[in-house]
Amino acid sequence: MNPFSSGTRLRDMIRAIRACKTAAEERAVVRKECAAIRAAISENDQDYRHRNIAKLMFIHMLGYPTHFGQMECLKLIASPGFPEKRIGYLGLMLLLDERQEVLMLVTNSIKQDLNHTNQYIVGLALCALGNIGSAEMARDLAPEVERLLQFRDPNIRKKAALCSIRIIKKVPDLVENFMNPAASLLKEKHHGVLLTGVQLCTDLCKISSEALEYFRKKCTDSLVKVLKDLVNSPYAPEYDISGITDPFLHIRLLRFLRILGQGDADASDSMNDILAQVATKTESNKNAGNAILYECVATIMSIEDNGGLRVLAINILGRFLSNRDNNIRYVALNMLMRAITVDSQAVQRHRATILECVKDSDASIRKRALELVYLLVNESNAKPLTKELIEYLEVSDPEFKGDLTAKICSIIEKFSPEKIWYIDNMLKVLSEAGNYVKDEVWHALIVVITNASNLHGYSVRSLYRAVQTTGDQETLLRVAVWCIGEYGDMLINSAGMLNIEEPITVTESDAVDVIETTIKRHSSDLTTRAMCLVALLKLSSRFPSCSQRINDIIVHYKGSLVLELQQRAIEFSSIVDRHQNIRSALVERMPVLDEATYSGRRAGSVSAVASTSQAATLNLPNGVAKTAAAPLVDLLDLSSDDVPAPSSSGGDFLQDLLGVDLAPASSQSGINQTQKSGNDVLLDLLSIGTPPAQSSTAIPEILSSNQDNKSPINILEQLSSPSAPSGHVSSPANSPMVDLLDGFAPKPQKPEDNGTAYPSITAFESSSLRVTFNFSKQPGNPQITLIDALFENKTSNSCTNFIFQAAVPKFLQLHLDPASSTTLPASGNGSITQKLRITNSQHGKKSLVMRIRIAYKKDDKDALEEGQISNFPRGL
Amino acid sequence: MIHFVLLISRQGKVRLAKWYSTFSAKERSKVVRELSGTILSREPELCQFVHWRGFTVVYKKYAGLYVCMCVGQDDNELEIFDIIHRYVVLLDCYFGNVCELDLVFNFHKAYYILDELIVAGELQESSTRTVLQQIVAHDVMVAVAREEASTLNNIISQVTQY
Repeated sequence: MNPFSSGTRLRDMIRAIRACKTAAEERAVVRKECAAIRAAISENDQDYRHRNIAKLMFIHMLGYPTHFGQMECLKLIASPGFPEKRIGYLGLMLLLDERQEVLMLVTNSIKQDLNHTNQYIVGLALCALGNIGSAEMARDLAPEVERLLQFRDPNIRKKAALCSIRIIKKVPDLVENFMNPAASLLKEKHHGVLLTGVQLCTDLCKISSEALEYFRKKCTDSLVKVLKDLVNSPYAPEYDISGITDPFLHIRLLRFLRILGQGDADASDSMNDILAQVATKTESNKNAGNAILYECVATIMSIEDNGGLRVLAINILGRFLSNRDNNIRYVALNMLMRAITVDSQAVQRHRATILECVKDSDASIRKRALELVYLLVNESNAKPLTKELIEYLEVSDPEFKGDLTAKICSIIEKFSPEKIWYIDNMLKVLSEAGNYVKDEVWHALIVVITNASNLHGYSVRSLYRAVQTTGDQETLLRVAVWCIGEYGDMLINSAGMLNIEEPITVTESDAVDVIETTIKRHSSDLTTRAMCLVALLKLSSRFPSCSQRINDIIVHYKGSLVLELQQRAIEFSSIVDRHQNIRSALVERMPVLDEATYSGRRAGSVSAVASTSQAATLNLPNGVAKTAAAPLVDLLDLSSDDVPAPSSSGGDFLQDLLGVDLAPASSQSGINQTQKSGNDVLLDLLSIGTPPAQSSTAIPEILSSNQDNKSPINILEQLSSPSAPSGHVSSPANSPMVDLLDGFAPKPQKPEDNGTAYPSITAFESSSLRVTFNFSKQPGNPQITLIDALFENKTSNSCTNFIFQAAVPKFLQLHLDPASSTTLPASGNGSITQKLRITNSQHGKKSLVMRIRIAYKKDDKDALEEGQISNFPRGL
Repeated sequence: MIHFVLLISRQGKVRLAKWYSTFSAKERSKVVRELSGTILSREPELCQFVHWRGFTVVYKKYAGLYVCMCVGQDDNELEIFDIIHRYVVLLDCYFGNVCELDLVFNFHKAYYILDELIVAGELQESSTRTVLQQIVAHDVMVAVAREEASTLNNIISQVTQY
């Protein structure tokens, strides 16, 4: 009975599936077929089993699940007929992979088939074992396969040889069992057996050094002879490919010789002649010949040194490189890459050709060539190579620029002989492909520039020129803005002019122009804009004549929606406006950035940039340092490199900036939560305008933010002296910072301004302390009561570590602002003020009530006082 | 060694997929998706190698069919062209001027031929003639088995008739 004659035939199913116009239709057909096949499986239908498996294979290729057919494959394999077994094994190889447990069940069937009298069935079993055999199967079936290596039919022997490869790869312990039979395969005349035998021996040698020794001793000479005979063999039509007899065998023999010759001078010596013959005699106008030459070159490069052969091999690669076929050039680059470790001098000879390949139209070739060029660079050729690569950068494809830029930068950093060369070339890269340059690269450039004190002027002038010609590369602009900010004066007065430089006339407003254009560019991002603002601040001090214009630009960003910019703009404009006296000190030049620290911090990222082990070495001969990967933040906290800066948020800059003049200022701000992050300082700064009476407490907060790294000298004792009890700060002697703040704080409102006045009360009085509350209300907000608490010390000893705490019932909400100090001077010589804000949700129904606790230290003893306040005026 | 062989049509349909290294079903479909995307979009004048997860995929285009083989870094890429060509020649000899439809309807035959050329990811035979002889011998055995089965059926039906 013809299994393909009734029901839906395989052919019909394929037709039906191909006729489907939509994926949904196809799914429907497949579903129907699968249902039919499942039904047939459950009925244990035998006649159509192999047709069903054939269908399932097709369905499997379309990507549908077919696991339910796996057991059917096993049944087919177990059936006696050849056609069933054939399709069963095919199904096994297709529908199963090595990982599935079903495979274990098939081991026994395969074992039987390996011992079958029909050699074709043995062939099927070997093929399946070779293609999907697992380690367990390999172990179980190894003896059968070993025996089949001596089978009378060569077709079985060659299959058994390849099957053995799988077995020894899965179970390397079995290598010794296969060494002898494999060696005997090498004496065969049948090409298929010889081919597979050589392959088997190669793999044996790769896995076991013992096998390598064995074959090296026993077979090297005979293999050389086999190759010699093959090379000199007359035309054999059966094996001929474009005039060469059996190139596949050629290649395998050469590969085996490579393994044998590697690390053994004698073996290498015995194969020199034949390798030379292959290298010189093989025709290279067809692919087959080139494949042999390619393999031969690989062998010559791997075996022990023979100068003459190496030259021959490199010359072949040179010929390959100038071949018009892209494939040939590709493999040549591949091989040169391997050869460079053996003989870099020889590879250097082809530098020009390789460089041409970098400019090839084929992306794969370009990429390979670039990697190779990167390996080729050394101190002596770095300059011309970099020049070439940068020139190419101008015309390269956009998608290639990323790779190219990374490699060029890496070369520049690694090999720059002097700093001026480094700076020049980096500028070129930045102007050509600045948008592809990674952050750490331009950070490193800035570090290098700051370190080259004699090149400051030169750098800033070059950058200025570069920006004038190409203004659209973000990183170029950043570096330029930074340098103009730092060294703007050198741009104007042409200080430190080098002989090679052309004179350039730049006015102060030209320099500001650059920054103004940059900050107004639409594509400039936050980092660039923030850097522009810093540069402007610096220029306002360097160019007093432009101060007003700079302030106009800065003021524009006071309304920026980006917090970072707004913060900077507000602070900077205040500095420009009112604080000329401290400004020049504030914006002094950055200290020289430490290259060693930088290269250390960057160590982790270096290996990512450089793709070779060669490049991973960190000893930069020219001392060119690399920055850490963190962007803006790092750049800005550079100023604090000399002091340990514990925090890392962007707002630190403010902290550092303000810290310049406030180094000795530090304080404890009472029960206020210690402000750690610079951003909080900003928040407080910004909130000054809203609650009217907070301005005095904001100062201690700013000051306290410095406490982490400054010595604690208590400036607030002066601040909170009786002359400045609360509310507004008027003493100009206190600190310039106070003035800084009043620039944008509205006039502090006095309690009297607020309509209804409430009498002050003495909230608490003990033998040592008196607490007075002054009340005020915001107009239109009767629920909220503002309390100014005034603490006075009645004893003759001052109190330290003074903390005031308060608790209220649930219907009230209490907000405690920080106290003006934690130290209460003795005998009423001073006081502490603290602001409280109480929101009464039951205003008009219930009156205020409060429980307080005061802790302090007097005469080195801790004291604690508690009390309840219920004498609040009515109507609060 | 060859890790897998793929035949992909110009439309990205898989016509044959043979795996010699272990890939799970999920990985297999991912491989096919990724590779067909890259290979089909490559311009004809570019080199026929694609780097893919540390492997090199060598491909060759025949009419609307791409034959791809994935090899390791140490293998001879140029030789793979000859192996690919050898396989296509075998298909051509077997089907007689092979076209894509032959491979669609007789996909199992394409697999049988591949199994006679490559086992365990290594080339098994360098002679075209030997491979074809093997395949023909297999086909003859299948034909004989069918013949026997049908005569047997005839006998049974005749016996049951009378």
